[in-house]
Amino acid sequence: MDDHILEMRSITKTFPGVKALEDVNLAVERGEIHAICGENGAGKSTLMKVLSGVYPAGSYDGEIVFDGSPVRFGGIRDSEHVGIVIIHQELALVPFLSVAENIFLGNERRGRGGLIDWNKAHAEADELLRSVGLHENPETPVGQLGVGKQQLVEIAKALSKDVRLLILDEPTAALNDTDSEHLLGLLRALKERGITCIMISHKLNEITAIADSVTVIRDGRTVETLSLHAGEVTQERIIRGMVGRDLESYYPDRESHPGEEVLRVEDWTVWHPTQDRKVVDGASFDVRAGEVVGIAGLMGAGRTELAMSVFGRSYGRNISGRLFMHGKEVRARTVAEAIDAGIAYATEDRKRYGLNLIEDIRRNVSAAALGKLSRRGWVNGNEEIKVAEESRRGMNIKAPSVTSVVGKLSGGNQQKVVLSKWLFTDPDVLVLDEPTRGIDVGAKYEIYTIINRLVAAGKAVVVISSELPELLGTCDRIYTLSAGRITGQLPVREATQENLMELMTKEKELAG
Amino acid sequence: MTRTAPPQNEDVTPAASPARSLHTGSSNVRDLLSRNLRTSGIYIAFVAIVALFAVLTGGTLLQPGNITNIILQYSYILVLAIGMVIVIIAGHIDLSVGSVVALTGAVSAVLVIREGLPWWVGVLAAIAVGLAVGAWHGFWVAYVGIPAFIVTLAGMLLFRGLTLQVLDNISLSPFPREYTRIAAGFLNGLLGGYGYDAFTLLIGAIAVAGYAVSQWRARSAKIRYQQPVESFPLFVTKIVVVGAVVMAFAWQLAHARGLPIVLIILAVLILAYGLITKKTVFGRQVYAIGGNLAAATLSGVKVKAVNFWIFVNMGFLSAIAGIIYSSRSNGAQPAAGNMFELDAIAAAFIGGAAVTGGVGTVVGAMVGGLIMAVMSNGMQLMGVEQQIQSVVKGLVLLLAVAFDVYNKRRAGASR
Repeated sequence: MDDHILEMRSITKTFPGVKALEDVNLAVERGEIHAICGENGAGKSTLMKVLSGVYPAGSYDGEIVFDGSPVRFGGIRDSEHVGIVIIHQELALVPFLSVAENIFLGNERRGRGGLIDWNKAHAEADELLRSVGLHENPETPVGQLGVGKQQLVEIAKALSKDVRLLILDEPTAALNDTDSEHLLGLLRALKERGITCIMISHKLNEITAIADSVTVIRDGRTVETLSLHAGEVTQERIIRGMVGRDLESYYPDRESHPGEEVLRVEDWTVWHPTQDRKVVDGASFDVRAGEVVGIAGLMGAGRTELAMSVFGRSYGRNISGRLFMHGKEVRARTVAEAIDAGIAYATEDRKRYGLNLIEDIRRNVSAAALGKLSRRGWVNGNEEIKVAEESRRGMNIKAPSVTSVVGKLSGGNQQKVVLSKWLFTDPDVLVLDEPTRGIDVGAKYEIYTIINRLVAAGKAVVVISSELPELLGTCDRIYTLSAGRITGQLPVREATQENLMELMTKEKELAG
Repeated sequence: MTRTAPPQNEDVTPAASPARSLHTGSSNVRDLLSRNLRTSGIYIAFVAIVALFAVLTGGTLLQPGNITNIILQYSYILVLAIGMVIVIIAGHIDLSVGSVVALTGAVSAVLVIREGLPWWVGVLAAIAVGLAVGAWHGFWVAYVGIPAFIVTLAGMLLFRGLTLQVLDNISLSPFPREYTRIAAGFLNGLLGGYGYDAFTLLIGAIAVAGYAVSQWRARSAKIRYQQPVESFPLFVTKIVVVGAVVMAFAWQLAHARGLPIVLIILAVLILAYGLITKKTVFGRQVYAIGGNLAAATLSGVKVKAVNFWIFVNMGFLSAIAGIIYSSRSNGAQPAAGNMFELDAIAAAFIGGAAVTGGVGTVVGAMVGGLIMAVMSNGMQLMGVEQQIQSVVKGLVLLLAVAFDVYNKRRAGASR
């Protein structure tokens, strides 16, 4: 019973000013699938970085026992040497290299004279690919494969290193249902082969489906480890451990009084920028003042593409369709025109597309509406500070001053800077793409409160989210998007996760 | 001439948030010094290098005649560095400026020397050519989307070739006196000379007064907006120190040959571009593009137009540098301006610009350029051989950027 392949004992890891992990314990049995759950920022990834040697021994307190003996890793090479392999959320594959080259990267199959023996490498790669159920030519460049297949290449790469403990960080986060199913099946098969697996995941249904036990981490501490064998542990039970409270208090209450129509999009069609296919196909939707409208869709359904193409055609080509603001048709052909028309779009990836991370709060807040702060091209720096200061107070951005660099803020505070920036453009409609991705529970609640405040002030809000509970908790009306088509719309009181999911997968079944 | 940036609190640890009261004395000085090692580091390094070479050359470095020489010798590099730092902040590079200096000078020489047209025709033609070259680069970078490295590498070859073509492969000289006065002329004796030039001192005094007034107005505006300002004694001290340095500088010039015309050109350009980069919407957009191109695009910045004008501006400043250089060398040579781009790029990076874009200042680039100028000049005075000079300059560039990278890593680790 107590045959632990891994034990991490009272791990404490501090960063300057922050205790990321405090007295964390983790015991993983040989040959099991062990899930780790926790809100964003709870310390899951930090724990895995300690385990894999990204944070070398000595930079943390506590003890790691692997296979019965204490280990001290100085780096990733050391941990891989004993058979611990970590697959990160952001895949670490080189897109221009072939599948085989990626699999053996840093671990090349050398032949005579130190040169790489490509015949041997391809043969081995073939075998590894078969064992993960990927039927691709090992010479195919990885960039040509979808995310699901790339994930499998990562696992094949791990298997090539004689992995004994495989760590997967959010393996299915970017996968569609079919690919997720396949991956989970593969994990079961690996378990049969005696490979122990640690899986970090947010998807509780997957955890309850395949994991043997689950450890819940909250605020850098272990809350509990639950065995899932008895089948008594429900998803609600795990959530309670994660958030430390029940879900009811998750979304602030709001009364809804929808008014006049603000934005209407008709028959909107967008083509992929490089490939010959429609990404959005004849979509129509509208949103009213004082209303929150949700757009639900699976990964790849075209949610972001729809929003970005509406926002000054910042995505796609051959865009057709009509756009109305307050009943009047507008032509927003550039982002600047869209902003002028009263549209704001807060991107799902705030670090890459939303913020200038090396600049301070002040410069980021003013970035989209410098015209309001300037006369004849000259910016009033004092007015800018005043505006930023008002945002900092109003949004409760936790930073010592508006000259704090945005890159050093937490995810939740960065998101508040993004919102401040768009509110300063004084939009009539705000499109929020995954507004709470990667931010912690408390900050999520604050973001929802801000959304409520906006609609109370008569703004129209569109929320795009892959988390159905979030849409159900914040929206008045929800559209479903599947394969680029609007497949339905439901008032929130009629919507459930089940009927939304049905609509979100509708087109797919028709097509396939 | 130097503008002091408003207090920037870069080391933001959530815990360290001292109550920033409006008028405190002692913590203010420390604030001022430790506020930003990265940008103040360059000034400290400059003072140290000047002091070092002043001692090594037995004081010759700071002699009135020599100070004038440094300005005349490096003015065109500083002009190029102004444009280059803007290009670099936006995340580009321009390798062609040396060739453009040669081409603009050559066009001017052909018109003025060979065709006998008045000097100002040469100046205007050079500027027109510079703008056209900038528009050419801007078109390829901004609207076709080719990396500036490639576009300007091609431009470097292209415009060197055109220079040879324009000059028929031979040097042209000499320019008429009016033209050579641009780089070699002095304003002297306008208000009479008494062993020193009163006019130069007057200009110095006006500059100091202008500085004091603008600082005072900035301070009043801040107080009106209830922002923290430095304590009054510190404020006065700052102005007195800057004023003393400027007046000492003017005094030295007044005892040499008077006020070099090229210094006036340079001062106007530095002031203008310092303000443009810091205070205009265009300047902000340059920083935004360099900091995060995608975010700038999605914030409504007209990225293509901004990039286009950045290169047009670089062409304009290359033309100014070309005019100064041809004026100073009293003619046009096929090989003029060789490697100038590297000096300009080095000045920007030593002055704190980041290789990844989004960071840098005009004043920093000027100090970076002056560091190189003082080192070259100092080593020449000491009779250091050319090869050693090159080695030392190379190492300084490397160390300056290493310092920058180290600082950034430290800032990142403190998260």
